[in-house]
Amino acid sequence: MWAFYFNELVRSIPFFLKGLWMTIAVSGLSLIFGTVIGFTWGIIRGARYRVLSPVIGAWVDVIRGTPFLVQIFVVFFILPEAGIELEAFPAAVIALTNLTACFICEIVAGGIQAVPTGQVEAATASGLSQIQQLRYIIMPQAMRTILPPLVGQYVLLIKDSSVVSAIGVVDVTRVGWLTVQRIPEGIMVFGLVGILYFIICYPLINLSNALERRMTVVSTRL
Amino acid sequence: MLEAFNYRLILEYMPLYMQCFSATLWLSGLGLLGAMLVGIAACAMRLSRSRIVSRVAGVYIESIRSTPLLAQLYFFYFGLPSLGIRLPEPATGVLALTLNSGAYMAEIIRAGVQAIPYGQIEAGVASGLNYFQRMRYIVLPQALGITIAPLLGQSIVLVKDSSLLSLISIMELTRAGQVLTSERFAPAEGFLTTAAFYLVIYYMLKTFSSWSQKRLIFRQAT
Repeated sequence: MWAFYFNELVRSIPFFLKGLWMTIAVSGLSLIFGTVIGFTWGIIRGARYRVLSPVIGAWVDVIRGTPFLVQIFVVFFILPEAGIELEAFPAAVIALTNLTACFICEIVAGGIQAVPTGQVEAATASGLSQIQQLRYIIMPQAMRTILPPLVGQYVLLIKDSSVVSAIGVVDVTRVGWLTVQRIPEGIMVFGLVGILYFIICYPLINLSNALERRMTVVSTRL
Repeated sequence: MLEAFNYRLILEYMPLYMQCFSATLWLSGLGLLGAMLVGIAACAMRLSRSRIVSRVAGVYIESIRSTPLLAQLYFFYFGLPSLGIRLPEPATGVLALTLNSGAYMAEIIRAGVQAIPYGQIEAGVASGLNYFQRMRYIVLPQALGITIAPLLGQSIVLVKDSSLLSLISIMELTRAGQVLTSERFAPAEGFLTTAAFYLVIYYMLKTFSSWSQKRLIFRQAT
């Protein structure tokens, strides 16, 4: 029986690859939009504008304090009540973009605040405009703090994208869920799902770790 | 949308919400307890002198961190019965949460352990403390003290992750929102109330986290 199911599973691999493509599409789009929006918010928050920064901070807190599953239900079920009808795919991208933007915002704001104030003062004294300060002084230094957690955030994004299967986006997890109804070998089916995620996420995690290691080198054996 | 907000409906369903709120609390409480134990064990194995033991823990940590919780949850939910193991849903859910969070806890605790000067461990060896005494009296108090903030951060993630348990039909906060949506067709009331309950937990944990940062008992370790 096991061999029969295994053959069935091998035959449905194209279906899984389609799901993988959907996962990559959802997380890729959210990654691009989320990074752009997240950096904008983070720079605003790092600059400590009087009105805008606390507003963004409160929004980030709300998003960080609620589960992504609830957020995606809110986007998918409640926005239509406000007159915005969305298909599952755009709803998923919107919810995931917002989530990513909020986390990246915190990372970027933290990175900017880690740049010593003396640097900014020196830049102002040298007559650089605000844009120039950001472009030549602050961001290059902040990027060193930002980069490792940023890549880590991308891994979280890809993993969180599995939750969009709950509103019927046919991503890898959803494909697994559909397949397991037909091939009742959960270990095999979700093992394959796990392997597909692993192939994408593991190199990214290693990249994040490598970036982090470039700053600190410590090793302890108990 | 808000003018049509039906507060009476929320009041009517308040007993359900309170029941689900406590379900979320004990599910994530159990998960947290398990995750701490698994995390400490996995961290000790990861930093073990034995290559094989370290390797086993490494495979566990990396495979958990590279795959989404939802896929892991389905893996246990659909996979355990095909191995002939039938657990009630809450047990499966807590198991998945524990194993998932345990891997992250292990990485956090490892960072804490590596911040401890190696001389202290050598001093412990020289004083004739055995492995478990060194762990109990030297390593863990300091490692957990330093990492209290990221550990609480992981607890917040754990509480939010417990929302995924609603997808394997466990009654908890997110499920309450789904019940309201399906029984009374009120997704706005349902999911916004759910979100509010999660925010309560989030702000409690966040306040506790910033309080612990001010306490000397936790800071002394750094």
